Amino acid sequence: MADALFVGVAILTVGSAIVALETRELVYGAIALAISMMGIAGFFLILDSPFVAMFQITVYVGAVAVLVIFTVMLVRTQALFSIKEDHRRKVAGIVLLLVFVGGISALVLASGLNNPAFTKFNTPAIDVAAIGKQMVTYYAPVLILLGLTLAASVIGALALARREDIEQKNERVD
Amino acid sequence: MNELIDFVAVAVVLFAIGIYGLVVKRNAIRMIFSIEIIANAANLNLIAFSRNLHNAQGQMFALFSIAIAAAEVAVGLGIIIIAYRLYKEIDVEEFRSMKG
Repeated sequence: MADALFVGVAILTVGSAIVALETRELVYGAIALAISMMGIAGFFLILDSPFVAMFQITVYVGAVAVLVIFTVMLVRTQALFSIKEDHRRKVAGIVLLLVFVGGISALVLASGLNNPAFTKFNTPAIDVAAIGKQMVTYYAPVLILLGLTLAASVIGALALARREDIEQKNERVD
Repeated sequence: MNELIDFVAVAVVLFAIGIYGLVVKRNAIRMIFSIEIIANAANLNLIAFSRNLHNAQGQMFALFSIAIAAAEVAVGLGIIIIAYRLYKEIDVEEFRSMKG
């Protein structure tokens, strides 16, 4: 059985994920998404993975949430408030949600994951030093590739957001 | 005590919420929210199984996955800003043509 802390974090995470998708104001949705990501970081802490939890907070709450809030501010118009969802699509979405929950739960239960010999955490936690060792030995090329990917995505985002009309005007002035 | 199956259950619920958002919402930013929720459900599964199997590679994979998701959000939001500049709208059904 789960303990009270787990239940609290689960309610926080799932509840704010629903709020992020259903609230009318997109800014509140972005903040609710950040809270949901904090809840996931709390799960990582419960699972004795403090390094990944801190990484999650840094990347999601620190970077992604701020990025989303800035984007919401940049596109803040009537477009954000006009909710033109039709009712049928929403009902279909809820049916699909229930089908997914039921189907995957049945699959997980059928796979024998609920077996008490397996589902208990009876091994010691992984310490951070093991992750560091993996990162500089076996996963070193992957780490470098990841850095290149991040650089490429930042350059790509900059190139996308460039205003060519303004730049041409500036060149003409020079 | 917490068990592996509890974390898997939460991940399944988060994944289903993300799928619901992708199907129902037409706002491009909310679709990015849904993708993030699905990615986080996957990361939760990775960490839970890594803890259960006492294997550091699950945590490594989750770290890489978080970094890739951050890159994806940066590019996705850039594309949304371009689309907003072109169409004055962030409703995905208004993005009719792919020509710049």
